[in-house]
Amino acid sequence: MPLLEIRNLHVEIDGKEILKGLDLTVNAGDVHAIMGPNGSGKSTLAYVLAGKAGYEPTAGTVLFDGRNIFDMEPDERAAAGLFLAFQYPLEIPGVATMTFLRTALNAQRKRRGEAELSTPEFLKKVREVAKKLGIEQDMLRRGVNVGFSGGEKKRNEILQMALLEPRLAVLDETDSGLDIDALKIASEGVNRLRGPTRSFVVITHYQRLLTYIVPDVVHVLSKGRIVRTGGKDLALELEARGYAQYQEEAAA
Amino acid sequence: MPAVQETVDQVRGLDVDQYKYGFETLIESDKAPKGLSEDTMRFISAKKNEPEWMLAWRLDAYKRWLTMREPKWAKIEYGPIDYQDLYYYSAPKKKDGPKSLDEIDPQILRTYEKLGIPLREREALLGIQKPVNEDGTEGGSDRRVAVDAVFDSVSVATTFKAELAKAGVLFMPISEAVHEHPDLVKKYLGSVVPVSDNFFATLNSAVFSDGSFVYVPRGVRCPMELSTYFRINEKNTGQFERTLIIADEGSYVSYLEGCTAPMRDENQLHAAVVELVALDNAEIKYSTIQNWYPGDAQGRGGIYNFVTKRGDCRGKNAKISWTQVETGSAITWKYPSCILRGDNSRGEFYSIAISNGYQQVDSGTKMLHLGKNTTSRIISKGIAAGHSNNTYRGLVTAHRRASGARNFTNCDSLLIGDKCGAHTVPYIEAKNSATVFEHEATTSKISEDMLFYCRQRGLSAEEATALVVNGFVKDVLQQLPMEFAVEAQKLISVSLEGSVG
Repeated sequence: MPLLEIRNLHVEIDGKEILKGLDLTVNAGDVHAIMGPNGSGKSTLAYVLAGKAGYEPTAGTVLFDGRNIFDMEPDERAAAGLFLAFQYPLEIPGVATMTFLRTALNAQRKRRGEAELSTPEFLKKVREVAKKLGIEQDMLRRGVNVGFSGGEKKRNEILQMALLEPRLAVLDETDSGLDIDALKIASEGVNRLRGPTRSFVVITHYQRLLTYIVPDVVHVLSKGRIVRTGGKDLALELEARGYAQYQEEAAA
Repeated sequence: MPAVQETVDQVRGLDVDQYKYGFETLIESDKAPKGLSEDTMRFISAKKNEPEWMLAWRLDAYKRWLTMREPKWAKIEYGPIDYQDLYYYSAPKKKDGPKSLDEIDPQILRTYEKLGIPLREREALLGIQKPVNEDGTEGGSDRRVAVDAVFDSVSVATTFKAELAKAGVLFMPISEAVHEHPDLVKKYLGSVVPVSDNFFATLNSAVFSDGSFVYVPRGVRCPMELSTYFRINEKNTGQFERTLIIADEGSYVSYLEGCTAPMRDENQLHAAVVELVALDNAEIKYSTIQNWYPGDAQGRGGIYNFVTKRGDCRGKNAKISWTQVETGSAITWKYPSCILRGDNSRGEFYSIAISNGYQQVDSGTKMLHLGKNTTSRIISKGIAAGHSNNTYRGLVTAHRRASGARNFTNCDSLLIGDKCGAHTVPYIEAKNSATVFEHEATTSKISEDMLFYCRQRGLSAEEATALVVNGFVKDVLQQLPMEFAVEAQKLISVSLEGSVG
């Protein structure tokens, strides 16, 4: 059974159809890249999967591990193992990053019927993960994303992912706003988590990220539909030739 | 475990109108006849066996009150209060005054148990039991709390009294202080909030029944947090406490007031007066957690809270700090203020006011800069949810001779939902050109995106709201004594229950 199965997904935002019959199947352990021009519906797909209000489907189905995700609240989806690394992570003033991480992790564990982590266990885990991502302890004491640079915010997303250990991580343009060093660190963070039971949907505009996170499958999304699917070389081809041909095809 | 989660667990299943402390203790009580006349004062005074001067003070206040009108400038709406339809004195019935806890009605003790008040001394020892040092200084880092519990109108037990006495600290019901320390009471009572200060304070002066009295002598650092829990139990009983705290030169005291009241259909009137006096180099920290019955989901019932709290930095380098967490009452009308009379004195006001359902809050502070180089700081966090209205009203003034006065004010409001209102009404008057007054204010709506971000990480809608709100009020929570900060954090979540969705 695939981990994620999207069939004929249609989504309207403010009366305008953004996704127009999208199909996508992601098996456990696979890394799928979704590439496409601006406005093709990439971020919409990410939000629909995570359950953001206002991003409800007008038609189609999405099964996550065999369950209809539209029957699940955003936090239920999170606890079931669906993680979204935000393109624009939110700031939460006054809430220390450490507190946030712990609240989130324990909320998920509790919902899954697992015991909460003790303080020493939790601290050990966070320190380990943070160190690998080059995140200073000082950053963990600051308010969630408050005063963080663009790169720090993205690294914080990867930190959360590493800590929450999701079954499916959707990375929404994690590469935007990252310099090459930060990109490498973030990619390493993702690569360390790759494994036979964990899947990724990597949404990106550029091929650059995919030299570090090498995908199993590459899709081209244009005007709300997957218009082409191929191997990792498809990304290189797109880099060389651009998206123009797909936009015309989708329009036709 | 993060307090947020703990809180939400406790709160789950509670509705706006399932007020946690809404139980009633059935005990016989001793009441003054309903209504207000000179006889009411005579009755109360006789009950307390007061000296003549105290009765005269009450009667004088009553005469003035008869000429006064209820203030109407606050942004609150309520039907007329029938002052003749209230009981002004209610005490649990007893034969003689209780000499020890064993003599106290077990019903009352059970009530306090439900409230979680550590009435018995050993229960009041929080954390590791460690005695106070011989010299009366704090024994290590452990915190202890002395409780003066006020049940309706009289104090039923005062714990730690003996130990405090060793340090020279007087902590007792004000009705006792009238007898035991008449000179102090005569000197300071009404010296910060004059008898004719305002309608409600004047009413209080006439009919106040009990409250706490604290005197910290010169150079003494009070060895423990002092605490009073007020509880309104009797039906149709206005509660009129009177608290007087005096910190003599170079002394320090931290005082905490916590309030709950059982559920009632009728609105109950509460008009307290708190007076603080800080002499040269003295410091008073006064914290309040107010959780009175806010009324039900339709806005029926609830406490009317008209309170006058004022501190006087009477000496140089004196400091008074008010911290309040206001989550209860149908109506809150309350402006804990500081008179910065002594040169270099300092006033602080930290406030969290949360309103939900149909609650109306009009609260804030006054910082009156009279002395040179006086400083004040105001941090106010208002959170409005449901159909509530939440107003910050503040006054900062500098007298002509208050050169070098400085004030910093920050008022932030957070709206949850679209049927509530937040308002900020700051008044600033500087009569001296060498003053610096800064004012910052923001109003924000709790952002859907922020909540979604939290929920994507696994927090429920309620947990997410509690987390965001706790972050919003963090600056103020930090000002509370630690164990009360935890209590306050819980209370915040309880108060916001039902506001999301």
